[in-house]
Amino acid sequence: MKLPRIRIEKRLSSPRWLPAASLLVSLALAMLSIAIIFAALGVDPLVAFQRIFRGGFGSVYGLQETITKTIPLILAGVGLTLAFKGRMYNIGAEGQLLIGAIFATGVSRLFPDWPAFLLLPAMFLGGFVGGALWAAIPAVLKTRFRVDEVLTSLMLVYVANEAVKFLVYGPWRGSDTRGFPITDEFPAAAHIPTLLGTRIHYPTLLLAILLAILIYLLLTRTKLGYEIRVTGENPDASRYAGMDYQKIALLVMIISGGLAGLAGMGEVAGIHFRLRPPEAISPGYGFTAIIVAWLARLNPLAAILTAFLLGGLLVGGDAIQIALNLPAATVQIFNGVILLFVIASELFNQYKLRLEV
Amino acid sequence: MLEFILAAIRAAIPAGTPLLYGTLGEVYAERSGVLNLGVEGMMIMGAVSGFAVAQTTGSAGLGILAAAVVGGLLALIHAFASITLRVNQVVSGLALTMLGLGMSGMIGKRFVGQPLAARLQPIYIPGLSDLPILGELLFKFDIMVYISILLVPVLWFVLYKTRLGVTLRSVGENPSAADALGVDVTFVRYAAVIFGGMMAGIGGSYLSISYAPAWIEGMTAGAGWIVVALTIFAIWDPARALLGAYLFGGVRVLQFRLQPLGISPNLLNMLPFLLTILVLWLSSGQAARRHIGAPAALMTAYSREER
Repeated sequence: MKLPRIRIEKRLSSPRWLPAASLLVSLALAMLSIAIIFAALGVDPLVAFQRIFRGGFGSVYGLQETITKTIPLILAGVGLTLAFKGRMYNIGAEGQLLIGAIFATGVSRLFPDWPAFLLLPAMFLGGFVGGALWAAIPAVLKTRFRVDEVLTSLMLVYVANEAVKFLVYGPWRGSDTRGFPITDEFPAAAHIPTLLGTRIHYPTLLLAILLAILIYLLLTRTKLGYEIRVTGENPDASRYAGMDYQKIALLVMIISGGLAGLAGMGEVAGIHFRLRPPEAISPGYGFTAIIVAWLARLNPLAAILTAFLLGGLLVGGDAIQIALNLPAATVQIFNGVILLFVIASELFNQYKLRLEV
Repeated sequence: MLEFILAAIRAAIPAGTPLLYGTLGEVYAERSGVLNLGVEGMMIMGAVSGFAVAQTTGSAGLGILAAAVVGGLLALIHAFASITLRVNQVVSGLALTMLGLGMSGMIGKRFVGQPLAARLQPIYIPGLSDLPILGELLFKFDIMVYISILLVPVLWFVLYKTRLGVTLRSVGENPSAADALGVDVTFVRYAAVIFGGMMAGIGGSYLSISYAPAWIEGMTAGAGWIVVALTIFAIWDPARALLGAYLFGGVRVLQFRLQPLGISPNLLNMLPFLLTILVLWLSSGQAARRHIGAPAALMTAYSREER
C-alpha cells in the first residue's frame, strides 16, 4: 500500500495579498483547533471565547488592563523581533525580564533619596543593564564556545526565577509585609506615574512605542540593520562579506535582553511598586513575547499590534480562569496553537502544497 | 559516610529515570535529523495522562501505555510540522511545549491532591534483593527502572550494530545520500520522532506514577529541557545517556540533602540548571576536540527538489 504524500513545491511568484490572507486563515484555523481542544476537555468553546473577548476587549476596564499588559509585551516582543532577525533564538526573555526587575529594585534600594527625575531613569537603566547582562551570557557562550543559545537562555529563566524568590524570601524581604514574600514598597519617587484611575504606566508605554520605532528604523534604514538581516538569513554569506558575526550576535542579544529588562522594570515600578515572587511579576510575558514577535512576522512595528492582541488574550485568560474555574496554564494552549499555525502559515507564502495519492 | 553515599546512589537512580527515558528517545529523534524541543510538553502530557489513566483504571501499566500513546501523538504533530511542512524546528517544538503545559493543566485539574492508588511497587528478586549492600543498592527498584536500564544496551546495539541503526544515522547525517540508496527519509524521521515522543511520555509518567506518585501541575519543572541538554552531553550516544541521567538524578538528591544544612532552597533549585549550562559548555569544547558533534543534518528539513 502506498501512503498518501503531501508534496511541497516552491512558489515562483506570490500575490501581494497572500501573506495577510494566510495569516488570517491560520489564525482562524488556530481558533478552530483551540475550540476542538476545549470541547474535548469539557469546556464549551463558545462560552470560553466569548468570556475571553469580553474580558480583554469588551469593557473600558478590560481595555485598560489589556493596555497595561501590552506594555511589557511590546518591550520584550520588539526585542525578540531583533534577536530572531539576527537568527539568535533567545527564548529566555522571561528570565531577562525578571533580572531587569531585580536590577531596577536594586537601584531603588541604593538611592532611595534621589528625586524621581533622577531615580526613575536610573532604574530604567538598571533594568536594561540587568536584562542585557542576562542575555549576554548565552550570547557569549554561543559566539565563543558554540553552545546552543536556545537551551542556555531557557535554563537562565529557571535560574532567574529562583533568584527573585531567593531575594524576596531572604535578604530583601520587607520589614512590614506581614509575612508575605515581598520587599518593602519603593519610595514614592520610584513609582512610574499612571494614567488617572488606571494601571497604565504611560511613560513605559511611550518608551516601548518609541523603541519599537527605533528598532524598526535600525533594521530597515541602517547599515547595521542590513548586516543583522543578512546574518540572520545567511550566516555564511555574511561572513564572506566580511561582517562580524560575533559582534552582531552579541549586539542583538544584548538589545533584546535589555528591552525585556525594561519590561521587568515597568512591572515592578509601574504596577507593584515592589519586588514580588516571579509568578506575581510576570504571567509569562517573556514567553508570550515570542508569539508577539512571530505573529508580527518579526516586524517591530507590527509587534505593537500583536502585543495588544496577546495582552487582551492574557486579560481574557484571567477572566475564564475565574469564571470557568480553569488553571492558570490554560492560556498556554492559545500560545502553543497560535504559534504552530503562524509558523505553518509562513510556509504557504513560499510554497504550495499538493496531495499525492 | 558509606551509608550516606549508598543512600544517595539509591535515590539518584529513580530521580534520573524520567530523564533517561526522555534522553534515550531524544537521542533517536535527533539521530534522524530532527530536534524536538517539545520534550517538556510531551513529558508533562505523559505525566498527566499516565496518572489519569492509572487512577481511573487502577492499572499502572495502562497508565504508562497511555502516556506513551499521548507522547507519540504530540510528537506526530511535531513530525508533521517539521518534516512535512518543514517549519522551523525550534519554534515548532517550543509551541508543542506550551500546548502540552496548557493542556496538562486542564486535564489534571481534577486529579490535583489525589494520592495514586495504583502506584508501582519495587520488585523483589529472590536472592539478589537479599544481598548485603548490593541488594539494597541495585535490586529494590520498580520494573520501570530496570526496563530503562535494559533499554540502554538494546538501543545502543540497534543504533551502532544493526541495519536499522545505519539507516537511522544515515538519514540524520546525509539524507540525500540515504534517499539515493532507496531509504524513505520521511518515514524514518517520522518513526524516530514519534519514538522519541513516546519515550518522553513514558518518562513523564514515571514521575506521576512512581516517583511522586501524584499529579502536580507543572511537575516536570524543566526536566524536558534538561533532556534536550543531556542529549548533547551524551554526544547522541545511548550509553552516555545513562551517565548523564543519573548525574542529574544525583544533583536532585543533593538538593534535598543540602537543604537541612541551612542553604536556601531557592539557591539549591538553581543547581540543575546551572549544571546544565556548565555541561553544555564543557561538551561543546569536548565535541570540538574530538571532531564529533551533532548529526550533520540536524535541524535541516529534507526535500528532494532542493538537495
